[in-house]
Order: sequence, then C-alpha cells, then structure tokens
Amino acid sequence: MSASPAPEFGSLAEIAASVRTGATSARAILAQSLDRVRELEGDLHCFNEVTIEHAEADADAVDRMVRSGRDPGPLAGVPVALKDNLCTEGIPTTCSSKILAGWLPPYDATVVSRLREAGAVAVGKTNLDEFAMGSSTENSAFGPTKNPWDTGRVPGGSSGGSAAAVASGMVPLSFGSDTGGSIRQPAALCGIVGVKPTYGVVSRYGLIAFASSLDQIGPFTTTVADAALALEVIAGHDPMDSTSLDRPAPDMLSTLTDGVSGLRVGIVDDFLTDGSESSDAVVLAAAALALAGAKVDHVKIPDLLLGLPAYYLIAPAEASSNLSRYDGVRYGLRVDGPDTETMNSRTRGQGFGPEVKRRIMMGTYALSAGYYDAYYGQAQKARTLVIRAFDAAYKNFDVLLTPTTPTVAFPFGSKVDDPIEMYMCDLCSIPSSLAGHPAVSVPFALSSEGLPIGVQVLAPALGEAVMMRVAASLETAAAREARGPVTP
Amino acid sequence: MSEEERLITPDEVRHVARLARLALDEDEVGRYAQQLSALLENVDAIRRLDTADVPPTAHPFPVENVLRADFETPSLDRDPVLAQAPVAESNRFRVPRILGEAP
Repeated sequence: MSASPAPEFGSLAEIAASVRTGATSARAILAQSLDRVRELEGDLHCFNEVTIEHAEADADAVDRMVRSGRDPGPLAGVPVALKDNLCTEGIPTTCSSKILAGWLPPYDATVVSRLREAGAVAVGKTNLDEFAMGSSTENSAFGPTKNPWDTGRVPGGSSGGSAAAVASGMVPLSFGSDTGGSIRQPAALCGIVGVKPTYGVVSRYGLIAFASSLDQIGPFTTTVADAALALEVIAGHDPMDSTSLDRPAPDMLSTLTDGVSGLRVGIVDDFLTDGSESSDAVVLAAAALALAGAKVDHVKIPDLLLGLPAYYLIAPAEASSNLSRYDGVRYGLRVDGPDTETMNSRTRGQGFGPEVKRRIMMGTYALSAGYYDAYYGQAQKARTLVIRAFDAAYKNFDVLLTPTTPTVAFPFGSKVDDPIEMYMCDLCSIPSSLAGHPAVSVPFALSSEGLPIGVQVLAPALGEAVMMRVAASLETAAAREARGPVTP
Repeated sequence: MSEEERLITPDEVRHVARLARLALDEDEVGRYAQQLSALLENVDAIRRLDTADVPPTAHPFPVENVLRADFETPSLDRDPVLAQAPVAESNRFRVPRILGEAP
C-alpha cells in the first residue's frame, strides 16, 4: 500500500499566531486534530488514551485567555501528543505495561506543565514499547502502532505512537523520550523530525525512568523550525531534576536560517555500508551541505562501534535498578502471595512483558557478584572510550553525519523474536546517547520501496544551535515527498 | 574463559530471577538461558577490551550533590498517594507478612 499527502496544520508558530490574534480558536484547531484522530486511530493505534474532555477544557482555557487580553504563550492552541511514560496528573500513565494499568499519577511531569504554560493542548497519551524498551512498539502490552507510510510495517520505537501521530497528521507536535534512539529511530522510520537534546537540557522530572544516565525528552515535528521552537519551550533548568543543567535553554531559532557556510561536516564512515540506501542518503546529504558552503570530509571513528555492546549492558543495568520500584506495594498491579517476596515476584513476573523481563535479567546479571567488573565495569570504561573518540573528532568537525538507522521501516514480526537483530536498529543512535550529546534525525530521501530515510546530525554537548542550523539546511535540500504527514 | 563456560545455565537464570524478584515459569527459564547466553556473546567485545588506563563513566557530565536552600516545601498529600496503592490500611501501605516464620 502507499501513502498520500495529508492535510497540514501549518507551522507551530503560525498556529500560535492565529490563536493569539483570535483569527482562529484553540477549540477549532483541536477539532481538526480530533477529527483526524477519529479518522485514523482505528487503523494506526497511536494512542493508549485520547483525553478529549481534558483537551477541550484546556483549549477553552486558552481561548478565554485570548478573549480577556492575556497571552496564552508561544504554543497557544497547539495540539500535542505525549508519550505514555510522561506523568500526567489524574490521567492514566501506563508505559504500555500491565504493571501500571489503572495508575493515576499524582503530579505532572515538568515538560507537561511547561507545555500547558506555553498554551499547548494535550490530546492524549501515545503508545510505546513497554517501559520504552524496544524499536518497533511490538513490545507494548496494548498492541503495536502501525506506520502511516505502510501499515504492514513498524513505526519504530520506542516512541512509535508519538512519531506516527505526527506522521499521520493527527497532531503537529508530540513528545517522546530517547535512551538509545527512541526518538530519532521512529522519526526516521516515519519521515519526520525528531530531536534528542543534550543530556540535562530538558528536565526528566515526571518522566518514568528507564536508564537515568541516558534518558532525555524531545520533540517530534514535521519541520526543523517547529522542533527548535518546541525544544526551546520545554528546555531549561528545573530544580526538581538534580541532573538538569543549570543554564538557560539553548537558543536555536535566532540562527536557524544562517546557513552552513564554513562549517566543518564529518561523514562517519564507520556507519556506512555499500549498497545501503540509508548510507547513500548520507552521502547525498553531505553533498548538499557542501553545495551550501560547508567543508565536508570523511572521518573514521571506530571506537563509536563500542557503543552498541556497551549500551546493552549499561541500559539494562540501570533499568534493573530503576524498575525495582514496581513491587506491588505502592501503585499498579499486585498479584497476591503468602509472603512479601512471593507477592513481589509474582507481581513482577505477571506484570512485565518478555522484553522488559529480558532486560531486567540481563542488567541484574551484569551487576551481580562475580560479573560486575567483567561486564558492567567494562561497559562503563567503553563509555569513556566512546566519549574520547567523539572529543577527538570534534576537534576537526562542528557536526557529524550518519544514517539515523541502518534500514527503513521493517515489517511486523520480522525482528521481534531476535533481540540481537532488533538491538541493531540503535547502532547509529546509541553513541551520542552514551556521550550525552544532542542529535537530530531529518527526513531526507525515499527508499526504492517508497519509505522515508532519515539522516542524523550529531553535535557536541550543548551544540543544539549549530546542529539545528545544519538540520534546517538539510531540510531545504531534502526530497519533499520523504516528509510527513501522510495519509495511510 | 571458554565459549561453553560463558553460557548461562538454567540454574543461573533461576538465581538471577530470584535476585530480580521475577517469578518465571520453566519455559521462560529455558528461553532466557538461551537468549541471555546469546546476548552475552554479543557483548563479548566489551569484556575483552583492554581498559587498563581507562576510567569508568557513570554519567555523561561531571555531577555533584545538588542541594537546595533548607526550608519547608509541601510534599504530596498522603491520601491521593495511598489511593493509588493496591492495598492500604490505617494510612499505610499493607503488605503480606515479611518474615518467613511465625514469631
């Protein structure tokens, strides 16, 4: 099947301007979004919950502010979808897991509060691989999300519901979390823009933890300018997150269209393979940047290939610790037993799905007596080598280019029974996660099968401004037909 | 260490599952023994890496204790928090007995 272009909302700035001036209402924009959700949700399953009543109340509040002469903010009336691992007060937050079914968070994540303060209207909670562990949404306890470009294929993951909601034109903006690629990979597979900010730029308060030294929240949009605006709104120091960087949000918009003249761009050869369409797209993207005045060169950074194996020890180790809180005592599921340990074990055995259990087992093993030094300790040292390799490369380059993913969107069922094959999806996205660096995926080309291909731009820590500038330049050179929204 | 020694046995899976408080059935024990062995083989490059002079990284940026000014701030109210518990009683979370034997 093939996808066709979809009706668009206009840019986030245009939506906000038309709501702020009263040219249209937040309620009318919301109706456009909800109509599209009603039309396509049955086919795509982007959402775990669509919160129509809350959304209507929020939109009405925005419209009342406009009528009373107050400014609702830079995202006034923008409909937004939230990955279902972001806490929303009084609204179910499940992480697509049976173990949290029915749980109502007692507070909002900082990102959720900041979006509301900026005038955005949340329309619902999106599907994900359980606890953000996966690359296809096939690990959701509530069934997978379909890719709007081809409903026989995965949208990527873990933030697949958020990506598909933007890629199908249900909302112009959504948010996901990225631990090893969970924003960038689904953005690439769905033909939209996805940003993982520098670690600490966005508060993790209220983001349900997977691997705390890696997790970051970031936006999905159809354009680079929309992503920059959305990231500026949610970024900035938050005293509720002790790893939040104590500095102002990065300014990306003021330099976004300055071009790439004189910038040094490195093509990372280690992630290119002969005959791969995603590799070809990177070479084409680099040529476009060279034409725009950038100094492009190839670079070999072999230590980045340590990232994948290091990640698949570090992330499960951190997860095994973080997920110990699901013990049947304070919230969520409880499966009874004669004593507390049996209750804990039964609750977790029945509440977690196969991939989450696999990662908890892997992490617990890597941290256990006798194996800690050989596995977890060594992985932490490999993480240092990845960071050093980046540091050396950034002496010669301002940004680096790689494919976002080794392949385009793959058919359901083709990798789900082979964890090693599934983990390869994250090969190119993991190194910057380990280093805490920012990265963005930009839709650039269509494959021979008509599926979108993303190019990834990497920058050093706090290099968001230059990274988004390069992304904006790539966007002008990209094939327009490779970008969503599309109608399945 | 030879290839065979690195294989995870069903007994090791049961041990790790106990540490992780995961009740697994026998099918799962067999499957995870196989899959964890394959995963460990896949990360073997890490185990064999020469890291004699390399310090570990636990966090991407240097972190230190973050302390706020010492004044009272409201925390979550007790009732809405307890309302989320599977079983609560007398303003507390209720759990099955913790000790294995009678007092």
